[in-house]
This record gives sequence, structure tokens and C-alpha cells, in this order.
Amino acid sequence: MSIDSSEIEKIAWLARLSLNEDDIPASKADMSKILDLVEQMNTIDTGGIEPLAHPMDIRARLRADEVTETDQRAHFQKNAPATEDGHYLVPKVIE
Amino acid sequence: MFQHTIAELSQLLQSKSISSVALTRAYIERCESLDTELNCFITLTPELALQQAKAADDRIQSGTSEALTGIPIAHKDIFCSKNIKTSCGSKMLDNFVAPYDATVVERLANAGMVTLGKTNMDEFAMGSSNETSFYGPALNPWDKQRVPGGSSGGSASAVAARLVAGATGTDTGGSIRQPAAMCGITGLKPTYGRVSRYGMIAYASSLDQGGPLTQTAEDAAMLLSTMAGFDERDSTSVDRPVDNYNSELTNKLDGIKIGLPKEFFNQNLDSDIGDNINSAIKILKECGAVFKEIELPNSHLSIPAYYVVAPAECSSNLERYDGVRYGYRCEDPKDLADLYCRSRGESFGEEVKRRIMIGTYVLSSGYYDAYYLQAQKIRRLIRDDFQQAFNDVDIILGPTTPTTAFKLNENMDDPVSMYLSDIYTVSANLAGLPGISIPSGFSNGLPVGMQLMGNYFQESKLLNIAHQYQLQTDWHKQIPGEFKES
Repeated sequence: MSIDSSEIEKIAWLARLSLNEDDIPASKADMSKILDLVEQMNTIDTGGIEPLAHPMDIRARLRADEVTETDQRAHFQKNAPATEDGHYLVPKVIE
Repeated sequence: MFQHTIAELSQLLQSKSISSVALTRAYIERCESLDTELNCFITLTPELALQQAKAADDRIQSGTSEALTGIPIAHKDIFCSKNIKTSCGSKMLDNFVAPYDATVVERLANAGMVTLGKTNMDEFAMGSSNETSFYGPALNPWDKQRVPGGSSGGSASAVAARLVAGATGTDTGGSIRQPAAMCGITGLKPTYGRVSRYGMIAYASSLDQGGPLTQTAEDAAMLLSTMAGFDERDSTSVDRPVDNYNSELTNKLDGIKIGLPKEFFNQNLDSDIGDNINSAIKILKECGAVFKEIELPNSHLSIPAYYVVAPAECSSNLERYDGVRYGYRCEDPKDLADLYCRSRGESFGEEVKRRIMIGTYVLSSGYYDAYYLQAQKIRRLIRDDFQQAFNDVDIILGPTTPTTAFKLNENMDDPVSMYLSDIYTVSANLAGLPGISIPSGFSNGLPVGMQLMGNYFQESKLLNIAHQYQLQTDWHKQIPGEFKES
């Protein structure tokens, strides 16, 4: 299975990863190789088999809709690259 | 004294033959002098360790201590530890100071364990050699030209070199068992849902599971007893009582039925490792175990299915690293898209980007059914194969890895050859089963690991067999020459 450069660029954009032009050939080769490995899945007929999401077929638990967390904004924002008055700063999105 | 196991250190501390402060100081000194050789640690935490050691000594004095109180441990740098850098081996989180403790960290600290530091790992746990770490690879103490395995390579290397008596790790496709095998130590991956994933940085959430790396099965039982248990904060944690692992260790193996999957003993397996596993089988037979050949007919599909499920979940989990709330942010972004793309592009390493790309591709419109859904169907087939096998046998035994530790850079140019290093371990993750790797000898001076896999929540059976094997052998007591005490 081969993948072309425009597909690589499209996937990188969907994943929000900046891509170096020089890295595209290697990226193409690696992805194609991995997809070849993955294609081995098609050697088997899985008609009628239910997909398995949780190994023990357990559904995720839901908790009661109650407030359990305290306000720790200042503590958490210590890790933020840029904040102001409790807000996270990003480049301007609306002109 | 660094050859002591956790069980032995526990006795020394409880009998007040040594204080936790003295023990901790000695380990700090050893780590500071020898880690320059091995690069096992990303962060050492001597101040925290001494503070915890002092508190541990107070508990021992006042008679409120537990078996693990006062014993130093290292945590894989994937576990959040409050007010301590938690990098996950990535440039993305090089500046990240965790605002809270992972449940595993919290439970072990509550038992009185002393945190020596945070261990090196493949970036975001994506790798089988520790070479994808932003901090450079941890090295194998048996041969520093070789990898320790991965992704919990720093933890495995540190325990093998006796820089610490035990460490935590995580296993998504073999990341506890494979490095344990390559470094000659014991590593246990519990049943999915047994150990809380809260505060354990997510890679592939339906596969990730934390567990201990130790010298012995007895030590693994001690650590697991504290690490395991229901946690409301992890939605996939299983609400079920924790077994008394240590009390089951002494059970005799008479009549226990062990299955040997014929697919694990084929031409892919290094012949020396095959011979080694056969010698281990002989010892277990002498202990009373009965062996039977079994089939896991879909096991050849486990690597292909894994490299769809894991990257898909990784691409989704790693969306959170956006350069806005925490982590690396690029310089002078020209707009929001540029901020996202460059923050991620500049700080994720090659393997992480590769898996995000694969995951994004297989989940993208038009491909979902062909890849992710097909992989989940294969996952069921793999799980059903195991359930079929467990109708006949109690435990499954085989090699942990197809080869011993490989050389640095040997597999870095070819991602697929690196992926095959986990060929015997990934199926337990896909099926959610517990597995343990224990040292079973050497091949050309490098450790070999034997793997045992059990049915859901059969950790005590795995530990029991491993312990009985370790009573008959001394492979787990071997220390790499350079790291023996003179």
C-alpha cells in the first residue's frame, strides 16, 4: 500500500503537525511500510464478528452528576505558557 | 546491601536494623554516581526522598508502618507526581510539573514508600528500546552498547543495576515485560482494569496498564498488593477485591496445567532462547506442573491489529497537547493553527509523530471500517482464542521476546522491525490479560525472559508459579558485573 505526498500533507494537517518538506519522502516510506504490515488483517474473514472495545466487554461507568472538583485554576495554570487574568492566551482568532 | 530485595529490605527496616533515612541516603548516593553510566533517571528527587524517609522512620518507630514503609522506589516518568517534573520522555512535557499525584504514586506513598526519582522511557511510551526518549536512551547494564528494551527501559535498567529495589512501569504492548526480559528482572503487567490509570499519561487507553518491575516475583506481589484496587477516578477500573498475592506464593504446583502455544515456538524464535525456555519448562515439570501444546491461531494478527488500535487511540489521546494549557509552545506563532502545528511538530519526536499520523489516517473518513473496526474484530478473535485455551490449561507459557537485547540503533531505521520485538507480548494487551516476565537464564551473556500469561485476575497464579520457579533457580539474583558491590 503506497501513500502519496498530498495524502501525507493532508494527514499531517488533520493531526495538526507541522511537516518539514524534507521529511515527506521518509514519512511516505514509513507509513507505507506500516500500512503493509497492517494489511495482513485482511487475510482473515471477520464477517459476523462483533468488534471488541473493552477486553471484558465492560461499559464505562458513569458517575453521579455532582460537583466533585474544587477550583484549582491558579494551580493548574502554573503550567500554562501564557495566561492573563485567569485566561489562557492564544494568538488573535477574530480580526 | 544493594542486592537486597524489597522483602529483605522490609525485614531490615521493620527490625530496625537499618533506618529508612540511612537506606535512602545510600541509594541516592548510588544513583547519583552510577546513573551517569546508564541514564535510567530523567529526574532524581533526593529532597523528597529524604523527607519521605524521615516520615517512614517515624512510622516505624511509632508502630504504624506497613510492609513497604521506608523502601525506596522509582516511578516511570509517565506517572504524574505532584510538584515534580513529569515529562513522559518528551520535549512536549519537558517543562511540565504535575499538579497532582497519579493513583499509583499516591497509593505507594501512602504505604510509606520513598520516591527516589522518575525513570527514563520511550517518548509517551511509544517504543521498544528506550531510544525514542527526548533525554537519550537508558542503557542496558548487561552491555552498555545495547538497549534495555522499552518503553519502561529506565525502570528495568535501574532495577537490574540495583540502583533501586523496585520501580513502576506501564505496559501497552509489552512495555513492562519486554524490558524486564532484556534486563534480567521480573516485570508484571496486570489484568486491564486492575491498576488505576488515573494520572498515568495516556497512550492507548484500552491497552495501557501499570505494574511493577522488581528483582523477584515475591517483590512484585508486594508492590501489586498496594498498587491494585478499584479507583473511582479511572472509569475503566474494575471494582473487585484485590487478592492476597503474597499468601498464594507458597502454593505447590502439583498438577497445574500449563499450555505452550505452538505459534510462540516457531522459526521466528532465536534458537538459544528456545533452548532456554525448554530448560525452564523442565524445572517447572519437576515442580509438578503438567504441560500441553495449545493453539492461538490468530496470534499472527496481533501485531497488525495492535498497530491500528494503539496509533488510533494515541492520535486521539495526544490531541490534548495543543501548546495552550501546558507543555511546549512554539515561538512567535503567526496564528492559532500555526501555534498548534508548530508546538506539536517541534516537540514530538519521530516515532510519536509516526503513530499520530498512522492513527489519524486509520480513523479518517472512509478508512474507519477497514482499519479500526477490522482491528477490533480481530481483537475479539484473539481474546476468544485465549478463552478457548484457558478451558484446557491454567496458564500459558512462552518466551517474552524473540531475541535478547539488541544493539543501540540496530532497529531505529526500520519501525516495523522494531515493532516485531513485541510479537509475544501484544496479544495479552489486546485481550486484556495479565502477564509476567521472569529471568530464565542467559544467551551470550545477555538475559533471557520467560513469559507466563493467565486468565483475567489470575495474577496470584502467575506470581505463584514465578515464585516457585525462582525458589529453584538463581537467574533473578544475577547482577551485571560492573554494578556488583566490591
